[in-house]
Amino acid sequence: MVNFTLSDEQKALQELARDFAQKEIKPIAAEYDESEKHPQHIIDKAYELGLMNLSIPEEYGGGGLGYFENCLVGEELAAACSGISTIPMASSLATTPLCLAGTPEQLKKYLAPFCAGPSIAAFCLTEPGAGSDAGSVTTTAELKGDTYVLNGRKCFITNGGISKLYTVFASTDRSKGLKGLSAFIVPADLPGVSAGKKENKMGQRASTTTDMIFEDVEVPAANLLGKEGEGFKLAMMTLDSARAAMASAAVGVARSAMEIAANYMKERVQFGKPIAVQQGLQFMLADMAIKIEGARLLAWQAAWMSDNKMRMSYQAAIAKCYAGDIAMQVTTDAVQILGGYGYMKDYPIEKLMRDAKLMQIYEGTNQIQRVVISRTLLQ
Amino acid sequence: MNIAVLLKQVPDTEARLKIRDGSVDHTDVKMVPNPFDEFAVEEAIRIREKSGSGQVTIYCLGQEKAKEAVKWAFSVGADQGFLLKDPAFDNSDLLGAAKVLAAALKKEHYDLILCGKQAVDDDAGQVAQAVAELLDLPHVGTVHKMELSEDKKSVVCYRDFEGGVEVVQSSLPAVISAEKGLNEVRYASLKGIMAAKKKSLVEMDLAALGLSAADIGAAGAQLEIRGLEMPPVRAAGKIIDGASPQEKVANLVKLLREEAKVI
Repeated sequence: MVNFTLSDEQKALQELARDFAQKEIKPIAAEYDESEKHPQHIIDKAYELGLMNLSIPEEYGGGGLGYFENCLVGEELAAACSGISTIPMASSLATTPLCLAGTPEQLKKYLAPFCAGPSIAAFCLTEPGAGSDAGSVTTTAELKGDTYVLNGRKCFITNGGISKLYTVFASTDRSKGLKGLSAFIVPADLPGVSAGKKENKMGQRASTTTDMIFEDVEVPAANLLGKEGEGFKLAMMTLDSARAAMASAAVGVARSAMEIAANYMKERVQFGKPIAVQQGLQFMLADMAIKIEGARLLAWQAAWMSDNKMRMSYQAAIAKCYAGDIAMQVTTDAVQILGGYGYMKDYPIEKLMRDAKLMQIYEGTNQIQRVVISRTLLQ
Repeated sequence: MNIAVLLKQVPDTEARLKIRDGSVDHTDVKMVPNPFDEFAVEEAIRIREKSGSGQVTIYCLGQEKAKEAVKWAFSVGADQGFLLKDPAFDNSDLLGAAKVLAAALKKEHYDLILCGKQAVDDDAGQVAQAVAELLDLPHVGTVHKMELSEDKKSVVCYRDFEGGVEVVQSSLPAVISAEKGLNEVRYASLKGIMAAKKKSLVEMDLAALGLSAADIGAAGAQLEIRGLEMPPVRAAGKIIDGASPQEKVANLVKLLREEAKVI
């Protein structure tokens, strides 16, 4: 039974997220983008309002809601600043493997305390030699008695250095490539866990991105998520579920860009008239709206399928790929509509273009998304 | 303390309004809780939190859609609410609205009745006073600060007037209308939104309130709205010409006198 309307609670949650984002995040977005400061006070406030850990079960202190609600909130937070909204989104990416494969003991020991305060987590898969090629991970986890000793270096880790928990994908058997990957719960305070310097990024600069270094980190064997060799599968399932929310974030960025462009068109006067009378620009605006509406629904569908426990790699890949691509298109066109002013940092639109670019790259490049999509069609 | 809050759902102040059949057309218009009533809801919840016991009850005169406003109040902490809904209530004037609200409020005992100083759709600012009068209670208006006495039997209210602050003490129960600055309205939380689902929202109609249709609604209205128009479209500004500042002033005075006719 298809239904495109939100329930009263969903509407209220969306309103809350929008209110919070517009009042607390939007006013500081430019400053935090420039300074790359970490907005802990926003995380604290979001936590207080129940906007973090939405899809973690209630019994462990989460919101007990679904990936759909992640989408609703994600779009609103990202519409205000996707650098800031990436912090809870990436944190959710890291806690999802626990929700998917954690035992009750693991959840009680790690997830419950995590949810008891405004904590942040980080998903550690990418390495200098292992981006799209996850099978080339060289971080190793060697079993010694009842401990796995982790050694290796991850890069481009969102929330690196500021997390309480790291979900680390390491190889327990390098000879097996992808099938040798295993997932581990790595608390930040274990000796040997350290973060590299903060990366100086093009966009989403309020989000902290660092290397994560693991030097002879002794991880209890009980911290293995699922079984040895199941790491890649778990990473893919996690990314599938997260892709819908990521798509919604891209929709949020695009939506903000479109609103800025529309408002500017009404105000900017050239040749004696607002430029809004120019059909060429009207058509650009219409194309933005078409893309945004489409991307939103794709995200919603992928999230809904995930919440209804359906296999959705195909839809998730389509949603993430399309939303990321249109966010880049829409923000680029919005800069164009603002012309010279669009190029100036004084105006908020250039930031959106810089922010949007990352959405075609992270959580699986849009090329990888296309691999997933075409693979499904050519089976 | 048992506190009642009067809450009205109004069009969002940023909404573009249209007039249809002599009244404002609410179709497709975003409706929100009246901002001044939001201060009242927040204050009521704070008082209940401070006193550790009691209930905050919402009274809302409106249509079905107004339930959203009551739900918002639930999500920030109000305990229960009544939607006063009946075709007979429609098109009430301010006194009619006050009669309906007073009839509902009379059914319970409240130590304090709070509401906003005015609704932002009609800016009338009279319903609180009329309700107080009908309930034979004191009223203090446009209050931006209030302090309950220790024994909860009286309240000291602060209200601005031109050039100063008036400090008024009233016995309780009383009707107090909130001015901006009384407090900062909290966000709802996810917990509050979920809890709102379970809170009691009861509809009350004409029969439940024991009112006569002749007294209220269009039938009982003592105020007749004869016309409703959009404000005139703002004309472009005029730059005053003149060879010198003195000449410009002279030209301006001439226009103010002969064109604008204000001097």
